[in-house]
Amino acid sequence: MSASRQAVRQGLRRGWTEFVQSLRSPQDQGFYLFTGVVTLGVLWINRDNEVGTTGLAYPTFALPSVLAALLVFGVVIGPAYSLAMEREDGTLLRHKALPHGMEGYVTGQLTLQSLSLAPSLLIVLLPSLLLFDGVMQGGAGGWLAVLGLVVLGMLATMPWGMVLGSVVPGVQKVGTWGMLPVILLMATSGVLVPIQAMWGWVQAVAQVFPVYWLGLGMRSAFLPPEAVVNELGDSWRTGPMLLVLGAWAVAGLVVAPRVLRRMARKQSGSTVEAARETALQWVR
Amino acid sequence: MAASPVPHDTVDPPAVRVRDLRMSYGDHQVLTGVDFDVHRGEVVCLLGPNGAGKTTTIEVLEGFRLPSAGTVEVLGVDPATGDDAWRARIGVVLQSWRDHPRWTPRRLLAYLAGYYEPYSTPAHPRPWDVEDLLVIVGLTEEADRKIATLSGGRRRRLDVAVGLIGRPELLFLDEPTAGFDPQARRDFHDLVHRLSDLEGTSILLTTHDLGEAERLADRIIILADGRIVADGSAEQLTRQVAGTSEVRWCRDGEHFVHATDEVVPFVRQLLAQHGDELTDLEVRRADLEDTYIAMVQRFESRPRRHLAEVAR
Repeated sequence: MSASRQAVRQGLRRGWTEFVQSLRSPQDQGFYLFTGVVTLGVLWINRDNEVGTTGLAYPTFALPSVLAALLVFGVVIGPAYSLAMEREDGTLLRHKALPHGMEGYVTGQLTLQSLSLAPSLLIVLLPSLLLFDGVMQGGAGGWLAVLGLVVLGMLATMPWGMVLGSVVPGVQKVGTWGMLPVILLMATSGVLVPIQAMWGWVQAVAQVFPVYWLGLGMRSAFLPPEAVVNELGDSWRTGPMLLVLGAWAVAGLVVAPRVLRRMARKQSGSTVEAARETALQWVR
Repeated sequence: MAASPVPHDTVDPPAVRVRDLRMSYGDHQVLTGVDFDVHRGEVVCLLGPNGAGKTTTIEVLEGFRLPSAGTVEVLGVDPATGDDAWRARIGVVLQSWRDHPRWTPRRLLAYLAGYYEPYSTPAHPRPWDVEDLLVIVGLTEEADRKIATLSGGRRRRLDVAVGLIGRPELLFLDEPTAGFDPQARRDFHDLVHRLSDLEGTSILLTTHDLGEAERLADRIIILADGRIVADGSAEQLTRQVAGTSEVRWCRDGEHFVHATDEVVPFVRQLLAQHGDELTDLEVRRADLEDTYIAMVQRFESRPRRHLAEVAR
């Protein structure tokens, strides 16, 4: 059996173990519950509002965008935070000391982050199906499209989360380097506020990034055809949407391994020790 | 390929071979030409004050850091180009801190063991059986507890187990007993002896604890200010330092001290010369601690460079 394949198998095992441990941890349960309750609360309060001229209820209109936002947040901030943390605490160094350890580590991280997406999306999606009427207007084809978009959205954004986690100087910097830009991007990408409310140049910038396109794709999968009048240019722009997300995915898969390798090369006991000293000062 | 426990007549290339190893960060020179070997089956201790370059040396050997100059061979391979098969033959005991807090020792060891399975051969089966290893490092009672709840000493035992899991031919340990209580320290020393005697594992460890070096090592290498100032067994080192014994005496209320290799002739002469005037004659054999302090002081009293421990 090839050692490389064995390492990937170990990574899958690692991802699964970490996922199960996360589900059992009160801290992570609390996080899922918090995002779920807040999101559903906002949707519930606005359940009788109608959006635009299409007569769509607010929860129906907003849910696809919210799912896109949760996905991007989860798969960018999740790995960024894990990676920054595990660079400091020595997890990465342990893997560097193993034969084919980095392959196993990255596989584990991808597995964990992908699996973690399920609870964070389902905790909003499942109650919404019970609480609100007409959430999915696209039928079985719509669900299939959602599944495809989740996979494509992950491919387009998760590598950038890994890049972020590799370049941030420390775990305390994930907030300013990661959280802030991602939240800014979400605020301007039409997933929390309609993009038409933004200035023209902001709209243009937002359309460079994958968040807008993932939101658009999600809306096209969930909403009825006539809801297209709420979109820029009155079009779902399915072709460009797939193209932009695909391009981000390809770029990410080219860049991320290089950045990861560079980061891993620099790991040593002294870097872990230095991070530990810094963190201890933080505590004092 | 039986590894000979006798250091100087092995057929195999040495486990570690270092020639003119230099390391500098900008103007700051951490290592200024280090040469040493670790023979197969030997336990060698790198001893030195903080900032002497111990950690840097061991990180170069582990392949975690590229040297500025010099040649380094670990199991016959340059660590900078060492592949995964090479990596599988080496064990590294890391100073862990708070990684894998939700894992249990048993689960973590079983997971890490999996990476070594493809490298098992009939002559050298890998990895260690997890249950056996838990017994060896004395972690059976804590095997199913969350790692976050382990005490510092227990955590270090786990670190050692992690370094051993692949049944390495060569083991690196950087400050392995930092934070150990005396009992844990003694257990650890027993473990090192067992590995070296039963498994024939070559071991290179760093410490700034002299007693530990003396107890564990076949050979001690003293690093001070980026170079080797002494290399030999504890006994050899003690003999190396100028004047292995100290003679103190008192004459006319005045105190004298003289360091000498030739104690008996010196004392005979002293008695012949001064006879009854002498009071308080005392002869003290220098021990390793005197040697160590003398050596480190001799090198550190020179114009000194930075001694700050290097962080990156």
